[in-house]
Amino acid sequence: MPNATLDPMAQTYLYRRHSLLVRITHWINVIALTALLMSGLQIFNEHPALYWGDTSYSGKPALLEVKGGFPWGRQSETGARPLIEVPDKFPSWMIVPSGTWLAMGRRWHLFFAWLFVINGIVYLAHSLASRHVQRDLKPTREDWRGLWHSFKDHLRLRHPHGEEARRYNVLQKLAYLLLIFGLFPLILLTGWAMSPWLNSVWPGWVDVLGGRQSARTLHFIAAWTVVLFVLIHVFQVFVTGFWNNLRSMITGRYKISSGEPS
Amino acid sequence: MKPSKRSRRYFLRHALTGAGAALLAGCDALSNSSWFPKVLGIGEHLSRVAQHLVTSRRSMAQEFTEADLSPHFRSNGTANPEDSEYQALAARGFQDWKLRVDGLVQAPAEFTLAELRAMPSRTQITRHDCVEGWSAIGKWTGVQLSHVLELVRLQPEARYVVFHCADPMWGEPEKYYESIDLEDALHPQTILAYELNDEILPIKNGAPLRVRIERQLGYKMAKYLMRIEAVESFATIRGGNGGYWEDRGYEWYAGI
Repeated sequence: MPNATLDPMAQTYLYRRHSLLVRITHWINVIALTALLMSGLQIFNEHPALYWGDTSYSGKPALLEVKGGFPWGRQSETGARPLIEVPDKFPSWMIVPSGTWLAMGRRWHLFFAWLFVINGIVYLAHSLASRHVQRDLKPTREDWRGLWHSFKDHLRLRHPHGEEARRYNVLQKLAYLLLIFGLFPLILLTGWAMSPWLNSVWPGWVDVLGGRQSARTLHFIAAWTVVLFVLIHVFQVFVTGFWNNLRSMITGRYKISSGEPS
Repeated sequence: MKPSKRSRRYFLRHALTGAGAALLAGCDALSNSSWFPKVLGIGEHLSRVAQHLVTSRRSMAQEFTEADLSPHFRSNGTANPEDSEYQALAARGFQDWKLRVDGLVQAPAEFTLAELRAMPSRTQITRHDCVEGWSAIGKWTGVQLSHVLELVRLQPEARYVVFHCADPMWGEPEKYYESIDLEDALHPQTILAYELNDEILPIKNGAPLRVRIERQLGYKMAKYLMRIEAVESFATIRGGNGGYWEDRGYEWYAGI
C-alpha cells in the first residue's frame, strides 16, 4: 500500500491465511513428530551407537558411541575409539517412556509413524488438489530473483510487512518444500530401510542408502534436522508476531497491518 | 509496556516448563494405562498388513557374500542356558538331543541332529537385525523348516508353528518360546540352522539348533530348539501373545 500516512487502524484487517485442513494436519504433525522424536530417542538409547555400512559388527569402529553405553566396553571388537564419543545417553526427560522401556518406545514410535504418514498423505492430497502447493509454496520467478535479498533480510530479522506478509517469502517457501519433499521422504525411506521385511521388497535396495546401519544413522541425522527446522520455524513465529501467527494456525485468521512501519 | 512484557515472558517460561513436565508425566501415565498401549498396537497391525501388501509370500531377504561377514557373530539374550537337562545334552555333544515335532501334524516325530544334518541343506549369508538396533552378518546352514513340516505333514487346521526352547530366561523357570505363521514357516529362507560360518553352531548362538526367519527381527529366531509344535492358535500358550518377548510387550509381528 503506497499510502502509509493513513491511520493504521484503517489498514488493519484479518484474512483467512490457513485452510481448516492445513491447520488440523499442522497440529497433528506437531503431536506426531514430538512423539516420534521422543520415542525415537528411547529406541536409540537401547543401542546408543551409530555406524556406517550394513552392520554394527564389521570390524570397523562406530561413527558415534555413548561412553559407557555398553556393559562390555566399546562396541567394536577392536575396542577402537569411535569417530565421535559422547558422554551420555539421552536424559529421561527427552525420551518416551521416561524409563528404559524399548517395547513401549517402539509402540509409540510405530503408531505415531503411521499417524504421521496418514496425516502427510491427507495434507499432500489436499494441498495438491487445492493447488496450495503450486500457488503458495512454489517460488515464482520473482522469488528466485529476490533470493539473496531475502537471505540478507532474514539475517537482519527484517520481515515483510503489510501486503507483502500475505504471501510466504522465498526462503520460507524453500524451507517448507525441502521439509515436505526432501526431509520427510528421507526420514520415511530410512525408517523403512531398517525393516527386515521391507528389505525383501527388492533385495539390495537398502544399499542405495549405504546399508541398514547407514540408514539408521541417516534416520537419526534427518530427525535432528527436523528439530533444527522446528527451532528456526518457532523462532520465526516469535519474531514475526507470535500471537498473530499462532492465531492464524488456530483460527485461520492472520492480521495484516499495512500502515505500520517496521 | 515493559513490565507487562516481562511478566508475560515469565508466565510463558513457567507455563512451558509446567506443560512439559505435565506432558512427560502424561505420556508415562498413558504407557502404564491398560487401554493406550492397545491403541498404539494398531501400528503393529497396520505395519503387518501394509508390509504384506507390498511383498509376495516368497519375497527374499537380501543375501550377502563372504566378504560381508561380521568378523565375530555376537550372542544376545541367553549365551549358555542355565538348565541341567540342557547342560547334560551339551556335555555329550548333543548326541542324545532330539527335536520333537508335534501338535497339529499327521505324523509326530523326533529327529536327531544327525538325521537333520542328513536332510537337504540350505546355506545363506544374511543380516541379523536385533530389535535393539544393531545388525550383524552371518552364514547359516540348516534344513528348511518346510522340509521338516512336509515329513510330519501339517493338519489343515494348523496355522502357526511354535518353537519351544531349552533356555530359561534370567534365572526364571520360564523358558524361551516363539511362534510364526505358516507363511514364514514355509518360506525358503526359514531354516533350522546347525552351522554358523561353516562351523558347528556354538552354544552362545543357540546350539544345537536355532531357527532363522530372515524377514523379521532377531527375537523371533529362537535358539536352543527342543520342540516344534503346530497349533491353530497360540492364545492358550503361556502368556498368550505368541512368544517370550511378546508376553513382555514386544510385537508378535517383528517385520519392522
